[in-house]
Formats: sequence, C-alpha cells, structure tokens
Amino acid sequence: MGQTLYEKIWQSHLVTAPEGEAALLYIDLHLVHEVTSPQAFDGLRINGRRVRRPDRTLATADHNVPTTPLSEPVTDPISRRQLEALEENCAEFGITVFPRGHENQGIVHVIGPELGVTQPGMTIVCGDSHTSTHGAFGSLAFGIGTSEVEHVLATQTLPQQKAKTMAVVVDGPAPAGVTAKDIALAIVKTLGTGGGAGSVIEYRGQAIRDLSMEGRMTVCNMSIEAGARAGLVAVDETTIDYLRGRPGVPQGDDFEAAAAQWRTLVSDDDATFDTVITINAADLAPFLTWGTNPAQVVALNGAVPSPEDFADEDSRAAAERSLTYMGLTPGTPIRDIPVDVVFIGSCTNSRIEDLRAAAAVATGQQVASSVRALVVPGSHRVKAQAEAEGLDRIFTAAGFEWREPGCSMCLGMNPDQLTAGQRSASTSNRNFEGRQGRGGRTHLVSPAVAAATAIHGRFATPDEVLA
Amino acid sequence: MKAVHVIEGRGVPLERSDVDTDQIIPSDWLKRVERTGFGRGLFSEWRDEPSFILNNPDYAGATVLVSGPRFGTGSSREHAVWALMDYGFEAIIAPSFGDIFKNNSSKQGLVIAQLAPADVDDLNGFLRDDPATLIIVDVEKASVEVPAHNWQRTFALDPITRERLLNGWDDIGLSLRHEGEITAFESRTSSPTLRGLFDANGHVAR
Repeated sequence: MGQTLYEKIWQSHLVTAPEGEAALLYIDLHLVHEVTSPQAFDGLRINGRRVRRPDRTLATADHNVPTTPLSEPVTDPISRRQLEALEENCAEFGITVFPRGHENQGIVHVIGPELGVTQPGMTIVCGDSHTSTHGAFGSLAFGIGTSEVEHVLATQTLPQQKAKTMAVVVDGPAPAGVTAKDIALAIVKTLGTGGGAGSVIEYRGQAIRDLSMEGRMTVCNMSIEAGARAGLVAVDETTIDYLRGRPGVPQGDDFEAAAAQWRTLVSDDDATFDTVITINAADLAPFLTWGTNPAQVVALNGAVPSPEDFADEDSRAAAERSLTYMGLTPGTPIRDIPVDVVFIGSCTNSRIEDLRAAAAVATGQQVASSVRALVVPGSHRVKAQAEAEGLDRIFTAAGFEWREPGCSMCLGMNPDQLTAGQRSASTSNRNFEGRQGRGGRTHLVSPAVAAATAIHGRFATPDEVLA
Repeated sequence: MKAVHVIEGRGVPLERSDVDTDQIIPSDWLKRVERTGFGRGLFSEWRDEPSFILNNPDYAGATVLVSGPRFGTGSSREHAVWALMDYGFEAIIAPSFGDIFKNNSSKQGLVIAQLAPADVDDLNGFLRDDPATLIIVDVEKASVEVPAHNWQRTFALDPITRERLLNGWDDIGLSLRHEGEITAFESRTSSPTLRGLFDANGHVAR
C-alpha cells in the first residue's frame, strides 16, 4: 500500500522506535524566538547541557518588537529584557539570531520560507503553534512548548507519537474574489476548533493546487485553528519555482538535483487517509469570523447568527457568550457593522502577495476617518520588496500606517493593541477574547477585505471599492 | 519533573468550552523570562469579573479543574501549564483538549483526564451541589473517583505518559540514552544545515 506524504517524512526522520517508549523523531530545523525560549535556555544552563546543533537552529525577534521607527527605543522594560535575553542566549550557545532591525529579521514563519531555509521534506519545529505554516512546502512542521524547545536544543530530536492522517480536499476552482484566507476560514468552520485534533492534515484539491506559495502558507498556518498541529501541501512546480534562487537552497545544477528529489514528496496515488473531508470550492465566498473562536465564521454577504442556529448545547452557549463579548445582535447584516481598527499583518497574511492584494484595493482610495489602519509587513525583506514596488506609498497616500515588521497586533504583546470595546478587521489568525488587547473585538478577514473595510469604515468586499 | 501518583482534592466546575491558552494566560504575561509566578496571571481577564467561579471562596484551594470541551486550544505557550500549576491545579478534566497543551502538560506533570461529556456533566453537578466534594484522580489506575457519590470513571492514558508521570522522568534524559542512535542518524541524513549560510553578523554569506 502507498504512503501519505506525512508517513514518508515520518519514516525518513525516525531515529529509533524502542519498545515501550515514544518514537524519537529527528528535527532538521529549529526556529527560535524570544517568547518561548528563555526558560529553555535556562534549563540547558541548569543541567550543564549544550545546544547539539547550532547549525540547525535559527533565531529571530518577532513577538515583542515594537513596529515604530527603528530609531525609537523599546520602551517596555520587560519586553526589552526578553529581547536582550534572546541575543545573549544565542551568543552564548552559538546560534545565528536576527535582532530587531536586522535585514533578515521578521516573523519567524515569514523569514524561514523567504530565506529558503524551509525546504520540502524537512521536519521543522518552533515554540509557536503557527509553525504549521511551513507545511506549505511539503515539510512536517509543528508547534511545540518550551519544554520541547529545550528538548530539541539539547538532542535535536523529539519523542513523538504518530498522528492520524486527514485529507482536506478543496475540490474544484475557487470562485473569483475568494482568497486563501477565505479557504482557510471555510476549513476551520467545517472542521470546528477541535476537528483536526490528533491529525496531520494534507490539503489537496484544485483550489489548493491553484494557490501561490503565499496562499498555501495562509491555509497551512491556520491548521492549528482547526486543532491540527500540522498541515501540509505536496510539492509541485509552484513550490520549486518559489524556492529557486533563495539564499538557503542549493544553486545551479545542485538545485535541479534537489528539486528532482523534492518532486517525490507527494502522497502516493494508492495511499489512504484515516479521514477525508471534501469541501466544494464553488461554495466558497469572502468570509470573516463573527465570534470569539475561529470556527465561528460567516460570509461577508451574511448576517450575525443567532444562538438558536446551532444544534448542540455547547455551541449555543458559546455563541451566546461570543455575541455578548463581541457586542453584536443576531440578524445584523455583516456589511452594516462599523469597525474602528484595521490590521494587515501577522504570520497568516503579511507576505508580499498579501500586501499587493491590499494595495490593489487601497490604490487611490482613502481610509475612512473613523478608522485607524495599520500595515505591518512580515519581515524586513517583505518591507523592502513592498517599498521597491511602491506599495508603501499607496498605503500612506490612502491613510494607512506603514510600520516596521513583527507580530504586532495579532497578539498585542507590543504596544499595538486594541482598547476595550474597539472592533477590528484583522488579517491575523485568532479572534479569542482579549487576543488583540483587553476587551478588544476581533474579526478575522483576508487582506483584500481588510483594505476594503478600512476604506468603507464597515465590513466591505473589494468589489464595493473597485466598482 | 516530580512524580505524580494520586491527586486528592476539591474541584472547580469551569463550565466553558474552547478555553484557549490566551484565556488561561494572556499574552501580556509572556514577556517574562522566568518560569515561576504565573499563577497571578491565570484567567486574569476573567478573574476581574466578580461572578467568575475562581472568585467564589467556596472553591478556594481546589486542585482539580473541570472544564468544557477543547480546553487549552490555540497558542503553544507552556506558560498556560505553568500558570495552572502555580495557581495550585494538579489535574484538568474535560471532554477534549488542545494537542500541544496536552503535550506540554505531560512534560510538567499536570494530569490531563479526558472524560465523556456526560461524565463531565456529572462532575459539574456534584461540584455545584457541594464545592467540598472530594475528587480522586489516580494516575496508576487512570481513574477519576468521587467517593461521596460512589462514582468512578477511567480515562485513556497512553502507557508511555503514564510511566513518565509515575516515575517523574525527565524526557531529555530519556532521549539522551539514545545518543548513539542520534549520532548514527546524523551521519546518514542528507538534510541541509545552515552551515556557511550566514556570517557572524547574520548576513547571508553564500
């Protein structure tokens, strides 16, 4: 019987599978950031352990960094201390680190792919649940906690139990105006926040194959929102074209040799999955979240749902709580809801293609006077590319703030936060209570919808702007 | 970590679903570089509501938290586990859990007991009726007992996690016993490294 892509990667990274113990999986690449690593480095020091493979470890500052001009200091002393700790720890243990302002610095899940250090067939971990992003390259990538960060630093392995396999097939071409983010939201809605638990998802079907690498990263990024630790997409020419010429990949003939091997990183035709979920792409439309968990999704054309719309008691109770927190009334048309803040950024949607999509909508337009709109590129490389294309000037002329890279308002660990009661249209991944700032109300949307919403001051689709 | 055998204590019925790790410990708390002191941040936004159950003195000192489905979803922050344990919780009972949270808990000795929704409803009922109800979570037997109601259920606990909890084993120490196999793997893998890619200042060198 054939193997799924997950099974191939699992098998090729198995160090040992001793009787009565968890299997030990080798980790090819360990990405590190400032928030989930300081306690792990402390653990190494306490136990007199070293970092086994500094040459398989790469660190960047992202969660805490302010997005204000680099000439301004990090004003929060606790954030500053954590950023300094990352640099000190990397210096002590011999790890390459990109501190705030470095040309390669950016959100950890943006820089790995753009530098070409994320490659097909690898196992990749990071102390961050959105590590699933890297699965877009046909790699097995998943988030880990700080104890596991310490474990990988010390051993370059992780004890793992084999996951179940799930295929999510988005069948047929996506209708015009439907973006990768809409596909991701539709998948989370279909699976629910726990539907992917215990599984590694492989995204398949024409609507997935048609996506660019940026789009595939958006879809894989939100695997965790459906409860799955990892999501992946098989390698094809889109993958290889994206990687060609990037700093971390082989160059010239060596690249073609690597690419030939990467092309084998697909599920075999006769492989079987434990679960297969099929979504008809023709049913997709621009979506957003209305509640406080990422499965609470509705179409832009729709209305705020009512708790009675949900069959089971848990979902009804959750809906009631969400509506109260979000300050919404059932039946309100989505397009009538005003927003205060628009955030374009995060590891879900801060890549060059996301910024192009938003800029295409913002060109020659003006942000509504009631709205604060922020654009936070995912990395310095994305920022430089966008500026070379003139996107920054489009945004600033339209009244958007053009800021320095980082995780920013996705989780509000830096000063970019919502205040209580403020409503955002955000291209990030989590609409949890208080996620973007205490009392803040988050609606997850695509970059194009975010830009149109900024201009109208209420939820809107690009066709309302471009018409 | 410390070995865990039996947890005997009182419980708190949280009665909420999708309790994500941002609720358990808000991101503002993640700036700290220490591993201790997170108990004060546990559910900090909810604890500002006077009616929140952890503010009810009848449930003070409870060591078992009973929740609705999908507890600990979202962010991978192990700080959520540190906060729960620092506050005094030793076991969490719910119909389902986030995968990463479950994993993180097992590294710290926080016991995760997954019970059917109807069984969790039973427990909620017992605890609402009498906050002093004694709950016993037994790792060896993988069981949850409420002696006052002659009520007992077992939960799935994989044998590896069970052994680690009972013995308080350090995962890194366990893995390093296989150092020879790790080295052998490294000598045969062709997966690329970062060697030579960046100079000492992190600039691309090749």
